[in-house]
Amino acid sequence: MATAQTEQRTPVAAPRRPSRGLGTLYRGQEGMWSWVAHRVTGVSIFFFLLVHVLDTALVRVSPEAYNDVIGAYKNPVMGLAEAGLVGAIVFHAFNGVRIMLVDFWWSGTRRHRLMFWVVVGLTVLVMAGFLPRHLMAVFGGE
Amino acid sequence: MTTIADPKAPRAARPGPGRRSTRGNTELYGWVFMRVSGVLLLILIFTHLWSSLISGEGISQVDFGFVAGKWANPFWQVWDLTMLWLAMIHGTNGMRTIVNDYAEKDSTRLVLKSALYLAFTVVVVLGTLVIFTFDPCPAGAPMDLLPDVCSDLP
Repeated sequence: MATAQTEQRTPVAAPRRPSRGLGTLYRGQEGMWSWVAHRVTGVSIFFFLLVHVLDTALVRVSPEAYNDVIGAYKNPVMGLAEAGLVGAIVFHAFNGVRIMLVDFWWSGTRRHRLMFWVVVGLTVLVMAGFLPRHLMAVFGGE
Repeated sequence: MTTIADPKAPRAARPGPGRRSTRGNTELYGWVFMRVSGVLLLILIFTHLWSSLISGEGISQVDFGFVAGKWANPFWQVWDLTMLWLAMIHGTNGMRTIVNDYAEKDSTRLVLKSALYLAFTVVVVLGTLVIFTFDPCPAGAPMDLLPDVCSDLP
């Protein structure tokens, strides 16, 4: 809220936020948020991968040990976490393709914002197909 | 007559520290590896997710018999081995980048990277051994937990 007092204290107009495409490529827009999301999903997938190799290694202990631990993946809480994991993998994969297009496609840097929304759209589309199938397997009894 | 310099004309050497070329091209190879392995992992992992979470009965089908049935085929052994190595190198290199970005003290970086490389070594060695020393039909295990191939054995 601009009061008369603050206007007096700051006679010079505050610098306006740079308009789209001017100034900085990354800060606060699709470029930055795709970068943040790529890191967050990457780190999450990495830690899952460590756990996933360890749980799979139980096949070397005994069939019972493996089945006991893998049974944990089938409970509803883990089922929802898996859905999040698959979403993270799908986004990371599609955004990785976007990064390569920015790197190697002659027009990639000009269209990186549009491509970010294509990545988001494709991720939503894949998850819309995956979620019913997966949640039925998790919650469908049987 | 050109009045402005040819953009491709050799530039005068910049004063001050320029690009340090003494460290070789390791970071370039890392950059290339992330892209090449990324494409391969997209195919490897999407197929992996399809076969274990979507086809058949989805997650509820995954048990010892499912894994053993898969690894009875050398094709899936090689598939999973490739996936393990590429994913671990790709992920470890990504984590290394993140440590370099955010850990400012030398000692912090040393601790975090040591933990990272230790985790890498343990997981890759363990995973590789499991894939190659795996017995789909362990003696004495209840038959109903084993894959179908075990009942065909003499």
